[in-house]
Amino acid sequence: MGKTLFDKVWDAHVVDTIENGPQILYIDKHLIHEVTSPQAFNELEERGISVFRPNQIVATADHNTPTLNQNQPVKDALSRQQLEQLSKNCKKNDITLYELGHKYNGIVHVMAPELGVTQPGLTMVCGDSHTSTHGAFGAIAFGIGTSQVAQVFASQCLLLTKPKSLRVSVNGKLKKGVLPKDVILYIISKLGTNSGTGYFCEYAGNVFEEMSMEGRMTVCNMSIEMGARGGMIAPDETTFNYVEGREFAPKGKDFDAKVAYWKTLPTDDDAVFDKEYTFDAEDIEPMVTYGTNPGMGIKISETIPKDDNPSFKKSLAYMDFEAGESLINKPINYVFIGSCTNSRIEDFRVAAEFIKGKQKAKNVTAWLVPGSKQVEAQIVDEGLKTIFDAAGFELRQPGCSACLAMNDDKIPQNEYCVSTSNRNFEGRQGQGSRTILASPLVAAATAVEGKIVDITKHLN
Amino acid sequence: MPSFWEGVCYNRKMGKEHPALVGIIATFVDIYNMEKFTTLKSKAIPLDIENVDTDQIIPARFLKATDRKGFGDNLFRDWRYNKDGSVNPDFVLNDARYSGKILVAGDNFGCGSSREHAAWAITDFGFKVVVSSFFADIFKGNALNNGLLPVQVSKAFLSDLQSCIVSHPETELIVDLENQTISVKDADLSEDFEIDAYKKTCMINGYDDIDYLLSKKEKIEAFENAASN
Repeated sequence: MGKTLFDKVWDAHVVDTIENGPQILYIDKHLIHEVTSPQAFNELEERGISVFRPNQIVATADHNTPTLNQNQPVKDALSRQQLEQLSKNCKKNDITLYELGHKYNGIVHVMAPELGVTQPGLTMVCGDSHTSTHGAFGAIAFGIGTSQVAQVFASQCLLLTKPKSLRVSVNGKLKKGVLPKDVILYIISKLGTNSGTGYFCEYAGNVFEEMSMEGRMTVCNMSIEMGARGGMIAPDETTFNYVEGREFAPKGKDFDAKVAYWKTLPTDDDAVFDKEYTFDAEDIEPMVTYGTNPGMGIKISETIPKDDNPSFKKSLAYMDFEAGESLINKPINYVFIGSCTNSRIEDFRVAAEFIKGKQKAKNVTAWLVPGSKQVEAQIVDEGLKTIFDAAGFELRQPGCSACLAMNDDKIPQNEYCVSTSNRNFEGRQGQGSRTILASPLVAAATAVEGKIVDITKHLN
Repeated sequence: MPSFWEGVCYNRKMGKEHPALVGIIATFVDIYNMEKFTTLKSKAIPLDIENVDTDQIIPARFLKATDRKGFGDNLFRDWRYNKDGSVNPDFVLNDARYSGKILVAGDNFGCGSSREHAAWAITDFGFKVVVSSFFADIFKGNALNNGLLPVQVSKAFLSDLQSCIVSHPETELIVDLENQTISVKDADLSEDFEIDAYKKTCMINGYDDIDYLLSKKEKIEAFENAASN
């Protein structure tokens, strides 16, 4: 029987198999940030263990950083201490850190691919559930807890039971205005938030094959929102072209040798998955969520479904929505374009293309938060900033920002926010805030109109 | 002792390495963050909500600390307290009728972020066991790495358990890890639960993964050498 892409990468990283127990999996790259690493460093210190392979770790500050005045000292004392702790820990352990203000600083899942740290066939972990993003390159990438961060620090390995395999195929032609974000929101709305638990998911079909790397990252990023620890897409010419020439990518003959290996990774024709789902691209439309988990999504033209489940009702009550209601024409005062899901250059190009020549609605506060310093620079270089400025949008500095509202970028209580981020949990974007997940295009249109509109009617 | 516990086990509190002694040490000494777990008899708190995500367990604004302690104060913060900081009397953790070291939660508990702070908050509050009909992967792993036992039961059993506790808050549950059973004391209500054999050994003895991985350094280095050739 043939092997899946996941099998091939996994099997190449097994150091040892414990009888009737887990396997020891070797981790090639370990990404860290300020929030989930300090306790792991403390643990090593308390045990008197040193970091085993510091040169395989890359650090950035992203979760808890301000998106204004990054050149000034961080005002919030606790945030500042956390950032200082990261700098101290990295310095002490000889770990490369792209701290606030560095030209390579950014959201961990934006900056690592951008620098060529992320490559096909690697195993990658980070103390962040959206590490699944890197699977877009055909890497096994997944989020881990802080105890596991300490384990990787100590041994560059993890003890894991191999997950089951799941394949989601989408074939056909996507409709105009349907972006990668809509594709993954659609999949999660159909499969639910725990359908992937215990599985690693491969996305296959021409829809993903034709996507840019940015789009593939958006899709893989949200694998965890259906419970899957990770998502993967087979590496191909799009992948190789993206990786080639980046700072930490292999060069010259080494690159050619790697490409030859990467070409062996795609799933064999006769490989069998534990679970398979297939969708038609034509069925997908621009999506919005109406509840408090990412599975509660509908096509923008649909109405909120009815369900007597008490948790479902609690969720609608929190959102102040009613079953049977349409979200079109809902007034919206906050729009956020950013997060590790949608803060790459392509996302801002889509937004700028729609916004160009239009004005932000007066009632809307619109934050555009690039995923990295490099994306920020690109926005300026490509003239997108001029478009955003002219339309009244606020371009901020890179970071996780209002996706999880650890910093000052919080949506006020009871306010709706149309957001390109990944989670619409209660209070995720600030205490009492109400999140509606959508694509950058839907978010941009909402900001211009001051309300949710059927985007398909606004495209020519 | 299972074959995978050959090699060196390390006791953090004792700061000593001794393969032969480890069983004895584990019997008498609480290990740093991995307390031993064998059997627990306790009352339980019913949290009958599905898809409880880690942002509800511990909101992101409380993740600024750099140690593992004190997160229990903010466990379920935005459900336990009103926006003005006053106690929300409607939330089950504030209901004086309920107490205990077992949290009986709804389906798909712990979904969302990888923050281990969620497991720290639950243990810091005093829980030793969380019961649900489904756990998210990362949360489950984090719980096990912190001596918090996730007990996965059938939906029907969970529903019976919830009703039992709500109608009789003094109900005691017995969680027996050795025999992998959860039962209601003095009642004919019991179910077996699954747990990875390796993780079971870790929980019962207070071992953790770092101990084991460190004992495998030679194999790991051999793997690295082979991979680079």
